[in-house]
Amino acid sequence: MIYERIAANKYKSLALVIFFVAFVLFLGYVLGELFWGPGFGSIALIIAVVISSITALASYYYSDSIVLKISSARLLSRKEFPFLWHSIEGLAIAAGIPVPKAYIIEDSAPNAFATGRDPKHAVICVTTGLLQKLNRQELEGVIGHEMSHIKNYDIRLMTMTVVLVGVIALISDMILRSFFWGRHDKRDLGKAGIILIVIGIVLAVLAPVIATIIKLAISRKREFLADADSALLTRYPAGLASALEKISKDKEPLEAANKATEHLYIVNPLTKSSLNNMFSTHPSIEDRVKALKTM
Amino acid sequence: MALDFVFWGIIGFIVLIALIFILIYNGLVGLKKRVENAWSQIDVQLKRRYDLIPNLVETVKGYAKHEKTVFENVTKARARMAQATTVGEKAGAENFLTSALKSLFAVAENYPRLRANENFLALQEELAGTENKIAYARQFYNDSVMQLNTTIHQFPSNIIASTFGFKEQEFFEVESPAEKKAVKVKF
Repeated sequence: MIYERIAANKYKSLALVIFFVAFVLFLGYVLGELFWGPGFGSIALIIAVVISSITALASYYYSDSIVLKISSARLLSRKEFPFLWHSIEGLAIAAGIPVPKAYIIEDSAPNAFATGRDPKHAVICVTTGLLQKLNRQELEGVIGHEMSHIKNYDIRLMTMTVVLVGVIALISDMILRSFFWGRHDKRDLGKAGIILIVIGIVLAVLAPVIATIIKLAISRKREFLADADSALLTRYPAGLASALEKISKDKEPLEAANKATEHLYIVNPLTKSSLNNMFSTHPSIEDRVKALKTM
Repeated sequence: MALDFVFWGIIGFIVLIALIFILIYNGLVGLKKRVENAWSQIDVQLKRRYDLIPNLVETVKGYAKHEKTVFENVTKARARMAQATTVGEKAGAENFLTSALKSLFAVAENYPRLRANENFLALQEELAGTENKIAYARQFYNDSVMQLNTTIHQFPSNIIASTFGFKEQEFFEVESPAEKKAVKVKF
């Protein structure tokens, strides 16, 4: 059951990524050709990819230190919280990856996240609230979830997705700007030409929204995958299920969280409600718990 | 002209087959290395527990000098652990040691001053953590063995596996029913 669930999630996120890349290429090329003339489609695409990649790579390399600083996390020494250390080391052994560094946020709201560009430079961060409010099996479930994100290179995947979103946003931006400020020969546009232009504008405006929706769909699939992989690591899905319920029911706000970091946490700290729509970073808690209970 | 096409077609086909062979072979090597690494992980944790035990025994002896059988069992089990070489022997010895430690901690329950001793508590936590890690290491080892054994038997990797002598590995599990009894531990 778990293995099938894991495979399904992997294939779905791969399909989404392939669709996304195709969407980006198609859109960039078509819009470029449409608005800038033949041959400019490829140039528009190349420029957008270069710019987007540079910004994304910079954030990817420094993602861990940036996120940890924003969240005011501190490095844990081996003497503190021995059970947390044992869990992290044990689950890293079970996952077959090097042991991630452990950070802690002093906040009574229970939550956790993982960051770092690959398993060798990985970090798991928990709040003091998580350590106080969860029992050992629930804690191991949460650590297993974060460990799975690291093992599955989810941080790298989401960075690539962000690159793609950036490419679309840039292309749309360039197109719309050049259309409104540009030097277009509108004289010999027949009816068909105008319709194409209108469709093009609508696409250019909608594209960033569609891109964001795809990115969030990928994010949700990876969250399900991390849940399933955690169950595989701990062989005890009920632990994580119980932890998710406890975390989402807790009323305390996580002070260190903001819009930039909300998607990283195991339960979105800003929208703990059971919303499950196209714009959620995480699947709803009910769906996640249901999936875990049927493993 | 047609002959040229056939010729290059055959060359291309051979190259493709060679590439597939290489991929499968490398995959098998990767899986075998993972099994070896997983095994050494178990060894690391077993050694860690082995090293923790003398300290634990001394601490408990400080408060419970007269409980001789329990100490003897732990020492014997620990010695047996040191002599075990194959996967099967280690699995059996591991279970005996776990059961001997369980008795030791059960005995410690009768000595409140021992239970309050900070050194004892720290050792207890370390041992429990190490037991957990042994369990995880065994899980990873068995998962890796399963993947290797499955690939060795599946088609077409079975052809390459038998050609290059990739052998099935043993699971880290307990054979005899007596050894199976001494398994469930909660400190």
